[in-house]
Amino acid sequence: MSELPGDLQYTNDHEWLRREDDGNITIGITDHAQSSLGDLVYVELPEVGQDVDSGGDMAVVESVKAASDVYAPISGSVVAVNEALSDDPEVINSDPYGDGWIVRLAPGDDQGELLSPEAYQALLDEIDS
Amino acid sequence: MPFIPHTPDDTEEMLAAIDAKSIDDLFDEIPADLKINSLDGVPEAMSEMQVTRLMRDRAAMDGAPLCFIGAGAYEHHIPQAVWDIATRGEFYTAYTPYQAEASQGTLQTIYEYQTMITELTGLDVSNASLYDGASGLAEAALMAVRSNRKVKTRNVLLAPGVNPTYAKVAAAIAGSQGLTFEFLPVQAASGNVDFDALDDEATPVAVVIQQPSFLGTLEDVDRLTDWAHARGAYVVGIANPTSLAILKAPGHWGEAGADIACGEGQPLGVPLSSGGPYFGYMTCKMQHVRQMPGRIIGRTIDLEGKPGFALTLQAREQHIRRSKATSNICTNQGLMVTAATIYMSLLGNGGLAAVARRSAYNTARLVEGLTSIDGVTRLFDGPSFHEVALQMDRPVALVLEALAAQDILGGYDLSTDYPDFGDTLLVCATETKTDADIDVYVDAMRDVFATPLVQSA
Repeated sequence: MSELPGDLQYTNDHEWLRREDDGNITIGITDHAQSSLGDLVYVELPEVGQDVDSGGDMAVVESVKAASDVYAPISGSVVAVNEALSDDPEVINSDPYGDGWIVRLAPGDDQGELLSPEAYQALLDEIDS
Repeated sequence: MPFIPHTPDDTEEMLAAIDAKSIDDLFDEIPADLKINSLDGVPEAMSEMQVTRLMRDRAAMDGAPLCFIGAGAYEHHIPQAVWDIATRGEFYTAYTPYQAEASQGTLQTIYEYQTMITELTGLDVSNASLYDGASGLAEAALMAVRSNRKVKTRNVLLAPGVNPTYAKVAAAIAGSQGLTFEFLPVQAASGNVDFDALDDEATPVAVVIQQPSFLGTLEDVDRLTDWAHARGAYVVGIANPTSLAILKAPGHWGEAGADIACGEGQPLGVPLSSGGPYFGYMTCKMQHVRQMPGRIIGRTIDLEGKPGFALTLQAREQHIRRSKATSNICTNQGLMVTAATIYMSLLGNGGLAAVARRSAYNTARLVEGLTSIDGVTRLFDGPSFHEVALQMDRPVALVLEALAAQDILGGYDLSTDYPDFGDTLLVCATETKTDADIDVYVDAMRDVFATPLVQSA
């Protein structure tokens, strides 16, 4: 059973979003995603200042068995990236919702299609069944 | 008889299983106007006996000329053991095995190859090889674009000594992805880059330096590397692997060293053969490894703690990343690399350096002889390795024709690639040439130039 914090929003691509006090959005991949990928060995991060479109490529997470794109769930501009992941990508495995965050965006106009914790849980249940 | 294992019944059964009427149905999505229905111009099939005869006759037409052509592919002595071992059944396949880890011997061979090539080039990591030197440059340029995040352009600047064929191939392969390739200004006296004419405002994503240059000269690689790095560009070094036994490795050029090295591996135990199969090598700094195309073999331990070899960083590759793969290169020139590995093992550092020194000495001796002839001068001043460009007072094509009549391949005519240079010939004498061979060539050239220059009507 994957861990699923109730204060986050989620996407069909197994990413999570947290709205920070300053209005920026922190994004990472879910516990389910990290556990499916296995031990992460590399994270390719975007550059601060880069604009992203909703649904566009934003980062790449690479495990020993797969390399997967992390899509921007909303449009926006990159205000911070988790540089610590360059040396320590497995933090995503150990703490996907905390120190394993990937990108922080200043949100743009396109809010994308986000899921509530309940809706994402339903998605996971469907996958498991 | 066709060498296809499926009987017509097998084929029917397989088609029925997927609800297809015919094999042609499987290719439905290819537009009809792109299909060729007949092979006009292809001659009738010949029997094996006829083909053998035809090929034997054609091979005999080659003769056994004395070869003084280099220009990217070089005649070197290949110890008999190299191909005796490389063509053993255990090695004699062009492919990296599909069940790669089941073929530990093959993987170990490639691992040893990678180790040797990284030592030669002074860089951290090597892939399992590429198709050839020219496509290697295209891959290196694409790799620089993926990896160099400081520079947003796709402009690649080439030192004047980059092989013109490599430049064309790289533009053909990478041009459709928006990369442009442009030569840096040349200094007429040296044939090397004209540092005074460099544009310090340029923002190339990569600068490519070939050492020794295609024209046989030695570039100031340290200064050019530092200039490129100061612009934020990656440095791609192209080097003849034989020369690296005695010249500074790309990984040690300038303050920081080249970022990527690539080139033609043919001089390492692969015979001259109408352009191939040869192989390309590629190495880079560890920090760029994830953008490196092709396969990489790594050393690891198994569950019992025993050492073994595995394909590593596969997650970047086509069978996993599909259209987002780092590169479409997911094979290597395994057999050529096996030969190169055996060649390097047999020669060792000292042997390879001896080959390099003897080739440089022979070429110097040849050039001394040829330039003692009235009408033949060196095109450039400055040092060289085992190739030198010569200026002539008459059309090179005619000179080469006269030499060929005496069974001598006198060199590579530069006038097509470099019309500005006029009548120029690139000559090379590797360790395979004896003093007597060189004398034969110089005497023949003297005879050619003894004939007065005939003005064409």
